[in-house]
Amino acid sequence: MASVSVIDVVRPSTGRRSFVRNLRGGLQGSEYAWAIAFCIPYVGVFVAFVIFPVLYGLWLGHAPSLYVELFHDPIYQQTVVNTIIYLAIGVNLKMFLALLLSGFFMRKGWWVKGLLMIYVLPWAVPALPTFISIHWMLNTEWGLINNVLWDIFHVDGPGWLDTSRWLALGSVIVSYIWKNMPFWTVILLAGRMAIPQELYEAGEVDGATGLKRFFHISFPLLANLYLVCTLLSTIFTLGDFNTANFISGGGPALSTHVLATLGIRDAFEIARPQLGVAAVLSALPLMIPLVMTLMHKLRTSEVQL
Amino acid sequence: MTAVAAARRRAAARRRWRRWPVALGSALLGLALLCWSLLPVYNMLLIALDPDEGDVEFAGAIWPDEPSLNSFRAVLAQDHWYLEDFWRQFGNSFYIGLLTMALTVAVASLASFAVGRMRLAKARLLTNTALLVYAVPAALLAIPFVRLCQRYGLADNVWAVVAAEVTFAIPFAVLVLQQYGTIIPLEFDEAARIDGASPFQVYWHVYLPLMAPALAAVGTYALLLAWGEYVYQYLLLSSPRNWTVAVAIEQFFDADEAPWNYMMALAIVYALPPIATFYALRRYMTAGLTMGGIKG
Repeated sequence: MASVSVIDVVRPSTGRRSFVRNLRGGLQGSEYAWAIAFCIPYVGVFVAFVIFPVLYGLWLGHAPSLYVELFHDPIYQQTVVNTIIYLAIGVNLKMFLALLLSGFFMRKGWWVKGLLMIYVLPWAVPALPTFISIHWMLNTEWGLINNVLWDIFHVDGPGWLDTSRWLALGSVIVSYIWKNMPFWTVILLAGRMAIPQELYEAGEVDGATGLKRFFHISFPLLANLYLVCTLLSTIFTLGDFNTANFISGGGPALSTHVLATLGIRDAFEIARPQLGVAAVLSALPLMIPLVMTLMHKLRTSEVQL
Repeated sequence: MTAVAAARRRAAARRRWRRWPVALGSALLGLALLCWSLLPVYNMLLIALDPDEGDVEFAGAIWPDEPSLNSFRAVLAQDHWYLEDFWRQFGNSFYIGLLTMALTVAVASLASFAVGRMRLAKARLLTNTALLVYAVPAALLAIPFVRLCQRYGLADNVWAVVAAEVTFAIPFAVLVLQQYGTIIPLEFDEAARIDGASPFQVYWHVYLPLMAPALAAVGTYALLLAWGEYVYQYLLLSSPRNWTVAVAIEQFFDADEAPWNYMMALAIVYALPPIATFYALRRYMTAGLTMGGIKG
């Protein structure tokens, strides 16, 4: 009874009715029910496994005292600096190299195609085995790198991972580039292939060759894609746990943690989930503008991923 | 005539002469890229093929003096106490992958059918919003997710891992399915509807068969994602019987006195199925990724 009267009260309002019709998209009774039913598992997954945990996480990390504690912790301060360096150098260097290499892979010839097949290998291999392998390559006494240095130059290589914070962080960044560059190269390569050949031919008539060709034709057309990829990659990298965890493990002396590894360490090794969530949440001032710029770019430009 | 041909030949030779620095440069770059891409993989093989347990000395040879497949034999025969559950863990990885694949295909195809074929208005918003999952930093979701699983008694449960993997696979799957669905004419659906098929029958008898290639691509994507994922498996699975291969490798890695050649052999065995799938389906993988074309 009550629900019927609610509908009766609501019905005269045209705004409401057009909203409902809009939502149904002209579907009729039973079809509408079917469509809703088909979406239920999908919506259910997101409510249960994304929205609910994220809200719970926000609640876990809501106490201001956690942030006071974090900001007074020298390890956290180092971690923030590491994360900024990791994002600023790692992501941008990787994207820039991927942009250049995607131009290289546009070259014709069987050996370039064959090379591309091998070049995407780091993307094809799961992260864990390769990072463990790189970790071993960097071992001071038995690692491949220091052995080669000794065999060829007769110098003792440095302790890449266990003596200096900067060497270890550099190793993490190089490993990150090794693992992730192929994927973005392929994306940018696809973007380059979508540029019509006629543009280059027309440009050639007007004298756009070599570098001019890149700066006046390729880059303006790739700029939007490049920006969207950089933003996406920054967001992904902010949550990247594997690279730092397996290459340096946060060492030496906890000096190369990034926010993702520090958060998980605080939450599970020290068993203080509130502190761990707070560490990750402290990246929100960086995250929110990134996501908003990304949404804006995706909506206004034609870039589709 | 011959003078013209000779002049043309000379011009071509000059052009070639001017081009050789470019050719040399790209050959050198190619060589550098080859080494760069293969070095860590080569290092894995080098350690796995070493006959001795423990220290691996790189003596400057490009290939070990006495390569031995003993470590691979040890992995497959479970011949070390770190490896005693290998086949079970391999099965766990595969089981989680298959469940993730089945659930992803089911949930994503139902949703993309409702949104794309039944023209549930405003639903595109629903699928686009789901892509925001990829904007949530992985660690921000992992900590509360694992805490909730522990609280609700789902810790050390394979299904908790499957739930996490499915959540990450679905948004991309729906995106691909919707893009692919646009090339199938809606008249097929309408004809079936006129013949009296219910929406579910249209989904089952018309939509799914026509979408088979895209469903296969999405399923493979989900399988590879679940196989290669590590953080959730590590945080959620605590007993060795429930470990996946990824977690088992990590336990090796954390141990101080483990035979490294066995660990690398295990890592290679773990990496081979995804590599093989990737190269077998390479064309479709890259096509799926750039689905819909990138319009810069």
